[in-house]
Amino acid sequence: MGQQFDSATFGMWVFLLTEIMFFGGMFGAYTVYRSMYPEAFAATSNFMNPAFGAANTAVLIVSSLTMALAVRAAHLGHQKVLQMMLVFTMIFGAAFLVIKGFEYHEHWEQLKVPLFASHWAWDGPLAPPQYAHQAQILFIFYFFMTGFHALHMVVGLGIMTTIFVMARRGKFGPSYYTPVEVSGLYWHFVDIVWIFLFPLLYLIGHTKQLF
Amino acid sequence: MSTALQDPQTIETPNYLNAEYGWKSWLFTTDHKRIAVLYLISISVMFALGGVFAMLIRLELLTPPGDLFTSDTYNKIFTMHGIVMIFFFLIPSIPATFGNFLVPMMIGAKDLAFPRINLLSWYIYIAGALFALAAIVMGGVDTGWTFYTPFSTTYSNTFVITAAVGVFVAGFSSILTGLNFIVTIHKMRAPGMTWGRLPLFVWANYATALIQVLGTPVVAITLALVGLERAFHIGIFDPAIGGDPILFQHMFWFYSHPAVYIMILPGMGVISELVTCFSRKGIFGYSFIAGSSLGIAIIGFLVWGHHMFVTGMSMYAGLYFSLLTMFVAVPSAIKVFNWTATMFRGSISYDTPMLYAFGFIGLFTIGGLTGLFLGTLGMDVHLTDTYFVVAHFHYVMVGGMVVAYLGAMHFWWPKITGRMYPEGWGKFSALLVFVGFNLTFFPQFILGYLGQPRRYHAYAPEFQVLNVMSSAGASVLGLGFLIPLIYFLWSLKYGKKAGNNPWGAKGLEWTTQSPPTTFNFDETPIVTEEAYAYAKHEETHVG
Amino acid sequence: MSTQPVTPVRTYVVIWAILTILTFTTFYVAQIDLGPFNVVVALVIAAIKMSLVIWFFMHVRTDNPLTKLFVFAGFFWMAILLALTLGDYFSRTWMPGGKFW
Repeated sequence: MGQQFDSATFGMWVFLLTEIMFFGGMFGAYTVYRSMYPEAFAATSNFMNPAFGAANTAVLIVSSLTMALAVRAAHLGHQKVLQMMLVFTMIFGAAFLVIKGFEYHEHWEQLKVPLFASHWAWDGPLAPPQYAHQAQILFIFYFFMTGFHALHMVVGLGIMTTIFVMARRGKFGPSYYTPVEVSGLYWHFVDIVWIFLFPLLYLIGHTKQLF
Repeated sequence: MSTALQDPQTIETPNYLNAEYGWKSWLFTTDHKRIAVLYLISISVMFALGGVFAMLIRLELLTPPGDLFTSDTYNKIFTMHGIVMIFFFLIPSIPATFGNFLVPMMIGAKDLAFPRINLLSWYIYIAGALFALAAIVMGGVDTGWTFYTPFSTTYSNTFVITAAVGVFVAGFSSILTGLNFIVTIHKMRAPGMTWGRLPLFVWANYATALIQVLGTPVVAITLALVGLERAFHIGIFDPAIGGDPILFQHMFWFYSHPAVYIMILPGMGVISELVTCFSRKGIFGYSFIAGSSLGIAIIGFLVWGHHMFVTGMSMYAGLYFSLLTMFVAVPSAIKVFNWTATMFRGSISYDTPMLYAFGFIGLFTIGGLTGLFLGTLGMDVHLTDTYFVVAHFHYVMVGGMVVAYLGAMHFWWPKITGRMYPEGWGKFSALLVFVGFNLTFFPQFILGYLGQPRRYHAYAPEFQVLNVMSSAGASVLGLGFLIPLIYFLWSLKYGKKAGNNPWGAKGLEWTTQSPPTTFNFDETPIVTEEAYAYAKHEETHVG
Repeated sequence: MSTQPVTPVRTYVVIWAILTILTFTTFYVAQIDLGPFNVVVALVIAAIKMSLVIWFFMHVRTDNPLTKLFVFAGFFWMAILLALTLGDYFSRTWMPGGKFW
């Protein structure tokens, strides 16, 4: 079992390597455009809500704590704690998606969704017109990066549900908790991606009051 | 005991092929050997499809004017040839077939680390292939396999998204295979099978797996962005709204250059196995060959800009990428020297696999050296986007990789099926492949140097003679591929029964029966000797 | 049965507290105009948070060297992509008449 645990966790790390490169490609492209258009990207901060972003960051960090505690509980065979921590993790994960939903809705209302021509407009006092195209690029990256991240969150919730069901059936204990550990690794990774997304997308310029 | 080749025999001893019957036992198998066979069939089909496109290309290029197809149709043909051959044949080829079959056996394991993920990997490959086939059937893609923007994102009127999805999905198959190999090789070696005793084929697949895992995700996100850009009519790579097409190329080639090493490294691993067996000698410079595989994998990630010299990239970046390209040739050269030194004073036999190994060493050397021509910034300005490039990569991909693949087929066919192929026909086909290949592609070096551009369906009349030679060669080459298909299938029923070790080769896979049992070994082997421990003055054809 | 030691609850909670504090820090520092250093500070804080999650929550602190190597390799490879791509763009300005974009 020890070899299986080692292989499984190592395998999950190799998979996370691929995720680093996947998101890394997007971060790279974003970085290139931000270096090209620093003022345009800064101007977009007028339409981002850092409060939502910070709340989401805090929510995910708590969920990482509960996930780590869940893995610990599985390792020690504390079944009730394990189940409770898994539920908390899922609640926080869902809360993240709910907050994201509010944000997306706000962008939709403010016509800042360049994916649909009908819902993109760059005008008004907070939108310097010379940055229209470049701002559009930033928002495209915003939706793709947070979108792929949210997709990973949804998958994560699916995984957690499965793990929870297995935990309820008493499948985990000190001699076998590999799936919990491996799922935990995945969950923490999704948290880490957000840890970088938050400053890069929300805290670019500081021309707007944050509240 | 039968001596005649025509005697149909059934293999009675229990082995992985007759362990279970029925389509469910194949489609739901987790046996790495069965999965390897599933891949073998699938990629052979894709290879044939890619070959059909090649035939259409060479037919069009028999005459200078573009008279067989319109330029749009021709664009689709070479695009589909590239996409099918690269993503659905070359990238999976050796790892998914021989790697899957042999790596667990070579390290003394019962299976890969994650057998169900291995099966999933095949299903994902099939899904990707279906998307690619859908793109072809619906009308094709005309962007070139390189999907350059903004043509692919904004202006092309073909099924770019479908094709991109196919490649994206196939990429995941590649990633999962790589993941499986990395974990397997690290964690599941038999007692005594230290890293320093691993067959070099395993080292090669390990290095390949590293590239698959580190590089493929980047092309995945790149093509995802292209697809999303096309679907939502927005511009990430569209200059009209401030996007940058060169950024696309950076991201695309970050994977696609290491991808060529995914394609060639396993072939090099095969050659190490063939050269030692048919020279009856241990490999010269084992640690250098092992290390050079890792070297190629690592340095290969640092050179992608040599595909972009004339795009508008910075000259300083060009200088850097050109310099690194010179460096990446060194590990490959080390291998060629070491294989040659292995053969020196060896007891060489000229069985079909060894003929392919000879072919590889010569043709890969030419291909690799011409890569250096292209990697030289000044020369590339003249040669880029000409037939010189086409000749270069076909020398390494076909003259190198496909030749190695055929060598592997002939070498391990007895192990996989328990049958021998007819050796006379094997030698004849190897000759056809060699002659046909050179006749097809050597003229293309000259054509490129003289200035014939690639990806055009018409060319200047003075180039016709060389083009006709090339197309004639392609017919011979095609025959060289067709004949083995026939005799391999024939051998399944009528081939001579192969024993455990018809070649007298070293390596754990040859200690098992042919075909092997489902779990490979009755007991976990304990390894006590180094790799390629051929005794001096050994007789050939033992057993 | 893994060979992983069990981390005390206290450790996890302390790390969580540090992460939360760093989050608020980055949030408030973003309000202050530090010119080009805003992005540097933000990324440094993010890197510290990431390291804490990897080291403690993901157990890399007690993992074997192989895992540590692979974790490092992942970030190193992403750095290759970023460094060489950005290197192209930034070095364009070194040429006479060259523009970044």
